[in-house]
Amino acid sequence: MSALEIRNVCKDFGNEQVLKDVSLAIDSGEFLILVGPSGCGKSTLMNAIAGLEPVTSGEILIAGEAVTWKTPAERDIAMVFQSYALYPSMTVRGNISFGLEMRKVPRAEREAAVERVADLLQISHLLERKPAQLSGGQRQRVAMGRALAREPKVYLFDEPLSNLDAKLRVDMRTEIKKLHQRLGTTIVYVTHDQIEAMTLADCIAVMRDGRILQLGTPDEVYNDPVDIFVAGFMGSPSMNFIAATLEGGEGGYRLRIVTPDEEDLVLPWPVSRETPDLARRVGQQVVLGLRPEHFSEEDLRLTDQAEGTLLEARVTVAEPTGADILLRLPLGAGEVTARVGPKCRVAAGERLALRVDMGRAVLFDSETERRLA
Amino acid sequence: MTHSTSVARPARAAARRSSAGHLQAWLPRLVLAPSVAVSLFFVYGFMLWTFILSLTNSRMLPSYDLVGFAQYARLMTNDRWWVASTNLVVFGALFVGICLVVGALLAILLDQRIRQEGALRTLYLYPMALSFIVTGVVWKWLLNPGLGIQAMVRSWGFEGFTFDWLVNPDMAVYTLVIAAVWQASGFVMALFLAGLRGIDDSIIKAAQLDGASLPRIYWRVVLPCLRPVVFSAVMILSHIAIKSFDLVVALTGGGPGYASDLPATFMYAHAFTRAQIGLGSASAMLMLGGVLAILIPYLYSELRSRQHG
Repeated sequence: MSALEIRNVCKDFGNEQVLKDVSLAIDSGEFLILVGPSGCGKSTLMNAIAGLEPVTSGEILIAGEAVTWKTPAERDIAMVFQSYALYPSMTVRGNISFGLEMRKVPRAEREAAVERVADLLQISHLLERKPAQLSGGQRQRVAMGRALAREPKVYLFDEPLSNLDAKLRVDMRTEIKKLHQRLGTTIVYVTHDQIEAMTLADCIAVMRDGRILQLGTPDEVYNDPVDIFVAGFMGSPSMNFIAATLEGGEGGYRLRIVTPDEEDLVLPWPVSRETPDLARRVGQQVVLGLRPEHFSEEDLRLTDQAEGTLLEARVTVAEPTGADILLRLPLGAGEVTARVGPKCRVAAGERLALRVDMGRAVLFDSETERRLA
Repeated sequence: MTHSTSVARPARAAARRSSAGHLQAWLPRLVLAPSVAVSLFFVYGFMLWTFILSLTNSRMLPSYDLVGFAQYARLMTNDRWWVASTNLVVFGALFVGICLVVGALLAILLDQRIRQEGALRTLYLYPMALSFIVTGVVWKWLLNPGLGIQAMVRSWGFEGFTFDWLVNPDMAVYTLVIAAVWQASGFVMALFLAGLRGIDDSIIKAAQLDGASLPRIYWRVVLPCLRPVVFSAVMILSHIAIKSFDLVVALTGGGPGYASDLPATFMYAHAFTRAQIGLGSASAMLMLGGVLAILIPYLYSELRSRQHG
């Protein structure tokens, strides 16, 4: 039985369809992340799960029970809001115990729950303060504490880290992950930050224009994207897309990349990754997707042993980040980003030999933008 | 630019700059001076004059024979003053209380994202645009037993219906409350509505998820956030209550007899129509004391919280 199941949910605001036939299911204890650019419907979907926004059609089930037409209070969920939404007139203690009080939990139990949560989140020393006296990170903890005080079936997190500064965000991200591992709770988490999505999720739903484009583990979404949008959205720096022509012939398929003023670049497509689809595309335009880390700098002494395809290009920009170096180089009609090791001593304007790992490259249809291989 | 030519300049430039700076610093004070002088004279000067008069035996015309606090002592034994003061307490408490409750309720109902909210808001706010004289006259007609509500209900066939508060000495003060509430509660509603709109939507959503019912959300979560609004509303309403003069004059004329007198009408009657300037001044000073008693703690707490903030 799924902890949360969404069946064919649609939501209209006037004439505008915000959610278009969304379906998904997660198991108890799973961490689901809804990710997508702003306006993709992820927050609307979360509000629909919470019951704050009625759906136009479809069904929502929590722990096997249909809750589509139940009030938020009856759904047994807790939510952490982007703005924290702490009650300004109550102390931290009051904020955490309010939900229990409304559910008529006896005072002694409420006190115990507050102590437990405060210990867990290390906010015991803040219990008598008002939200206005807390820092952003502390408010964030209190907001989480309020959700954790009850033990609901599903926790909803609505962009909880987006109001924190960069360093705190990374710390809290780790903390949320630890908390999830420790408590084994079912969490639905909305974010527009693909790094949060990759690091936290058991399961990612990439959304766009009210649809779920891909639902899968972080690894699947990152390495096996269903279309150009998902491939480009996940990962930073994002995937390079290169226009190419698919060629057939003996010895497998090849990708011909037309380069102005230079000889065309021809990359062989690995035999192990041929699909029946490719045969019908010979001679057509396709889009080759290469992540920056699919490039590596070539050590010329090892040329004979190494696998992959060699190419040579003149570096236009080199951006050292400390851990590695991002290079911009012309390839085909445009430029691509390559990520190479920090020891690679190369300056802008120099020519560099790079190896491309075609075993991990992906191929898209240039018109439908769907994945080919 | 070379250094040699610019060496001699700084002194003169500085002088020019500083005279311009002086002008700039003094200009606001110059512009404000007339109004400061006028208000010093006409507000604080006359306050002082009233205080001096309250210490004299002035009757028809001001005299300057000081008699100490004799006028205040006379006031304390004056039956009509006590009626006026009691009326003020009754009127003030009911007026402020009912206005707050009605205003808050209207604001909460209007805040439920209803249609035509703008039109309704304007409708409720309009009475505030009227003068208290107009309000008084309208309600005088409505409450007149021979013309208004009583006559109308009787004409429907309920012959025994009586609503004669306007001419009933025990009830006349409540007619003031009705008219004043009608006029001011829309304004309180506007204050509350502004406060409600300033509250983060997600706080209400969070309370819904926490399982609170709508009345509880408002009572426990939203209204406590509006404490500053309640404070300002109480301040504004109570000083309207203490100052109330035109409404009484237009609606009841202080009557029947002096049953619906308020301190302001008492003061006016004694100072200007009954040739008791000394006694009138003393009552005016007590009213000022009343206003200050409300205002000073308010200003104190406001200024203190601002320093903290």
